Amino acid sequence: MNLATPLKNLDRELARFHRRLKVGAAFVALLAIALLARAYYLQIVQHEHYIQRAESNRISRVPTTPNRGLILDRNGRILAENYSAYTLELTRAQTENLEATLAEVGKLIEITPGQLRRFRRLLAESHEFETVPLKSRLTDEEVAVLAANRYRLPGVEVKARLFRNYQAGPGMAHVLGFIGRINDGDLKRLREDGREQNYKGSAYIGKTGLEQSYETLLHGRTGFDQMETDASGRAVRMLSRIPPVPGRDLRLHLDVELQAVAEHAFGDYLGGLVALDPRTGGVLALVSKPGFDPNLFVDGIDPETWKLLNESPERPMVNRVLRGIYPPGSTIKPFMALAGLELGLRKPADTIVDPGFYSLPNSRHQFRDWKRGGHGVVDLRRSISQSCDVYYYRLAVDMGIDRMHDYLAQFGLGEKTGIDLDGESSGLLPSRDWKQRRFKQPWYPGETVIAGIGQGYLLTTPLQLATAAAILANGGERVEPRLVQAVRDPLAHTWQPLPGGVRGQMAIAPANLAVVRQGMMDVMRPGGTAARSAAGAPYTIAGKTGTAQVVGIKQGARYEASRLSRQYRDHALFIAYAPAENPTIVVAVMVENGGHGGSTAAPIARAVFDYYLTGKRPGELKLEVESAAD
Amino acid sequence: MPRISHWIVRRLSHLDGILLTLVLVLLGISLAVVASASGQSPARISGHLINIGLALGVMVVMANVPPHLLSKVGPPLFFAGVVLLIGVALFGEVRNGARRWLNLGFVAFQPSELMKLALPLMLAWYFQRNEGLLRAKHFLSGGVMLLLPFLLILRQPDLGTALMIGASGFYLLFFAGLPWKVILGGGILGGASLPVMWGLMHDYQQRRVLTLLDPSSDPLGAGYHIIQSTIAIGSGGLFGKGWMQGTQNQLDFIPERTTDFVFAVFGEEFGFVGAIFLVGLYLAIVARGLVIAARAPTLFGRLMAATLSLNLFTYVFVNMGMVSGILPVVGVPLPLMSYGGTALITLLLGMGILMSVATHRQLNKS
Repeated sequence: MNLATPLKNLDRELARFHRRLKVGAAFVALLAIALLARAYYLQIVQHEHYIQRAESNRISRVPTTPNRGLILDRNGRILAENYSAYTLELTRAQTENLEATLAEVGKLIEITPGQLRRFRRLLAESHEFETVPLKSRLTDEEVAVLAANRYRLPGVEVKARLFRNYQAGPGMAHVLGFIGRINDGDLKRLREDGREQNYKGSAYIGKTGLEQSYETLLHGRTGFDQMETDASGRAVRMLSRIPPVPGRDLRLHLDVELQAVAEHAFGDYLGGLVALDPRTGGVLALVSKPGFDPNLFVDGIDPETWKLLNESPERPMVNRVLRGIYPPGSTIKPFMALAGLELGLRKPADTIVDPGFYSLPNSRHQFRDWKRGGHGVVDLRRSISQSCDVYYYRLAVDMGIDRMHDYLAQFGLGEKTGIDLDGESSGLLPSRDWKQRRFKQPWYPGETVIAGIGQGYLLTTPLQLATAAAILANGGERVEPRLVQAVRDPLAHTWQPLPGGVRGQMAIAPANLAVVRQGMMDVMRPGGTAARSAAGAPYTIAGKTGTAQVVGIKQGARYEASRLSRQYRDHALFIAYAPAENPTIVVAVMVENGGHGGSTAAPIARAVFDYYLTGKRPGELKLEVESAAD
Repeated sequence: MPRISHWIVRRLSHLDGILLTLVLVLLGISLAVVASASGQSPARISGHLINIGLALGVMVVMANVPPHLLSKVGPPLFFAGVVLLIGVALFGEVRNGARRWLNLGFVAFQPSELMKLALPLMLAWYFQRNEGLLRAKHFLSGGVMLLLPFLLILRQPDLGTALMIGASGFYLLFFAGLPWKVILGGGILGGASLPVMWGLMHDYQQRRVLTLLDPSSDPLGAGYHIIQSTIAIGSGGLFGKGWMQGTQNQLDFIPERTTDFVFAVFGEEFGFVGAIFLVGLYLAIVARGLVIAARAPTLFGRLMAATLSLNLFTYVFVNMGMVSGILPVVGVPLPLMSYGGTALITLLLGMGILMSVATHRQLNKS
C-alpha cells in the first residue's frame, strides 16, 4: 500500500477545500448583494410609492351622512321628518347560509311574509356586500333578543338609522313624494352629475315629489372622518374630521289644513285640485285623489303592495294636478272671451242669438249647445255666466285655430307651468302646424268649432288651468307655481325666501279684462252656472264651470248621466278666484266623472275658499299634524 | 465549590467569543422586534426569552461535544431520519393537504426537521471516513444519500424543506470537492428540466410562484402577504419609522409578523440602514464560520463548519427574499430573528457545533 498517495491527496484536498471556501464566501456575498439591492430598490428608489400605499392602507375616509332636511307647511307643521330607529340588516356576503340565517332570525323575532318578500326584492337589487334591511322599527325587546344572539348570526346587524316619516298621510303623498333606497339607476345619475362623493354613506334619495325636486337641498353635504384603521378595518383613532352639513329645511306655501279641507270636500270622488296665491304663485293646496301612503316606499315597498298600487284602475300613483290631462271644457271660455276682445273680434255688448246649435257655412252638421233650445240673446258676460256654447263656436270660427293657439299660449297652455315638481305634463294646445306635424293632415274647420268650447284636441292639466286663471286674477302677471317658499340654512338657522318665478306681464286692456272678470262673477250670481256654490259666501267669487266629455255623444243622441256607468260620465271642472275684487286665492278643480262642474266641482272650491278666507272648516274634519318646535 | 466553578469555566471556554457576541446581538435585536411586532405582548416576549434561554443552553452543550464524538452520531441519526420519513410516507398525518407529520402517540413532529442536521452529519462522517481516498464513487454514494431524504420530503409534498435540505447536502458535497464539471452539468440539466418540474409541481406551489411574479394578481389571497410585506419594507425608507412606530406592523397589515415575516417589521421600523446592519451581522457570522472551517483540523469539522455557515445564509436569503418579494413564499423563518422554539434551537445547535469545531482544535491535535 502506497502511503504517499493518501498524504498527497490530503494536501490536495485541503488546498481544494480552501479554494472552495473562497467560492462559498463569494457566493454568500453575491446573495447578500442581491438582498441589499432589493432592499435599496424598495426602501430608497420606491420609497415614495410604498409610503403612499402604507398611508392609504392605514387611513380610511368614513362618510358621515347628513341629516335630511325637514319639510314644513306654511305654518311650520311638520310634513316630512326624521326619526331614529333600530333596524335589522343583513349582509349576504357575510352570512354563511342566507336561508339558514333567515330561518334562525325568524325564530327570534317575527318576520312577516311581506317583510320577507321586500327583503328578497331588495336583495336581488343589491350587491353581495351591501347591507339590506330586513325589518325596521324594531322594538326594544327585539333589539335585546337580536343583540344577545348576534354572535351566532354572522352578517346580521342591528343598526340605529334615521328614518323618514310622512305623518300628514296619503293626502300629501303627491306633493311630498317619498325617498327610497338608492338603486343602480340613481347611482348612475349621481355618477354622471359628479355627485357620487356626496352620497357615500347615504342609503336614500328622493324619488318623487318635493323629495326628488329638492333633493340637493334636502340631502345636505356628506362629512368625512379620516380614520386610522387596522388591517381588519377597525377604526383605531380619528385623524381629522370634516363635519357633515345637514340638509336644508323646506317651508311650503301650502297649508296642510287647507289641503285636508280640500281633500275632505272631494268626498268619494277622484280628481285633482290646486289652489294658488295668484300674487306669488305659491301653491296653497295640491290634492290628487286618490293618494297613497308614502311611508310604504321609504324602506322599499313589498312587491304585492306595489303591484296593487301600480295596477289599480284608480291610478293612485299619478299626480292628476300635474300629469292628468283633460279637455278644459267650458273653463276655456273666459280666456276665449278675452281673446275675442283683445283681438278686436268682439265687443262686450255684441250679441248673438243662440238657437241651440251652430252649423258651419255649407254644412248640415249641427254643433249643439249644452242647453236644448239655446240661450236666446247672449252678450259676452252672459256667454260666460250661462256658458253659452254657440257664442264660442262662432267666436272660434271667426278667430281661427292659429290665432286661438297663439293667444291661449300666452296663458301658458300647451307648455309646462314650471312648478317646482318634476314630471309635469305640458298638455296640448293644437294648431294647424301641430296637426300637420303630428298627423300629416290638414286642419278641419269643424275642429276649430269644438276647440272653442275646450273640446277636441285641446288638453290641459288642472295646474295649467289654475295658473291661467291666476293671470286673470292678478291682472295679467304670469307667475310660476311654487310649492316651496323658503329654505332654512342649517347652520345660520335663518329662513331664506325662495323667490317665485315670474314670466312677465301680459298686456291686457283693463276694460277687456274687467268685462271677463264680471262675467266670471256673474257665474256665481243667481242665474249663473255655479250660483248655488256661492250662496251665503261673505266674499265674492269669480269662477267658471266646465264639463269635459269622456265619451263622444252621437249626433242626435242625448247625454244622460244616469244612463252611463260612472267611469264614462263627464269630468266636472271649475276654475275660480276670490275675493273677486282683490283675489288672494285661485282654485282649479277637476272631478273625474263628476258630471257638471257647477254641481260637483264648484262646491269643493267653495269649501277651500271658506276655509282660506274665513277659517270655516267642515265640522267632522279632524287634523292631527304636529307643529315643528322652532 | 471551586471545582464546580472550574467545571463551568471549562464548559464555557468552548464558546467562541466572536460567534457568541454576534449571536447575542442578533438575539437582542430579535427580542426588540418581536416585542414591537407582538404589540409588546408579555406572553410573546417571555416565550421568546424562554426559547432563547433553551437554545443558548443547547448551544453550550453542543459546543462541549467534541467533533469526533459528534461524527459518530451521523449514521444512526441519518438512518433513523430516513426510517421516520418512510414512516411518514406510510402512516403520516395529513395537515393542510400534505403528509408531513408523524404522530408517535405522545408527540407529533416532522422528521424532515431532523434531516436538516442528520444529512450534513452523515455526509461529513462519510467523507471523513474516506478522507484522502475520495473518488467518483464516493460522490456518487454521497449523492444517493442526499437524494433519498430529498425525494422523500419532496413527495410529502414539501418543496421548500426539500430544497433547503438538498442545498445543505449540496454544500457539503461541494466543499468535499464535488468536481466542477458535475456541478455545471447538473446546473444545466436542472435548468433544462425546469419546465418538467413545473408540470410536476402541485397547484399551490405553482400559485406561489405565479404570485411572486405578479403579487397584485391575487391581492387578497396568496399575494396579500407579499404585497403587505413589501409595502412595509418600502415605506421604511432610509432610516425606518422607528421602533414600535411602523404602521404596517402596528395596524396588523403584516401577516405572520413575529415569525416568518419578522423582516418586514424590521425593515419598516429600521429602514435601509437597519437592513444593511442586519445583513452585515449575518455576513459576519458566515465569515467567522468560514474562518473556523478553514482552521479546522479534521475534514469532518471543516465540512460541517463550512456547510453550516453557508446553510445559515441560505436561510437568511430565502427568508428575506420571500419577505421582500423576490422569492416565492415558503415557510422559512429568519435565522435568530423569528419567534419560534424549534427553529431557534436547531440554529443554535448548529452554532454550538461551529463552536465545538472552533475550540476542539488543540484537543484533537494532542
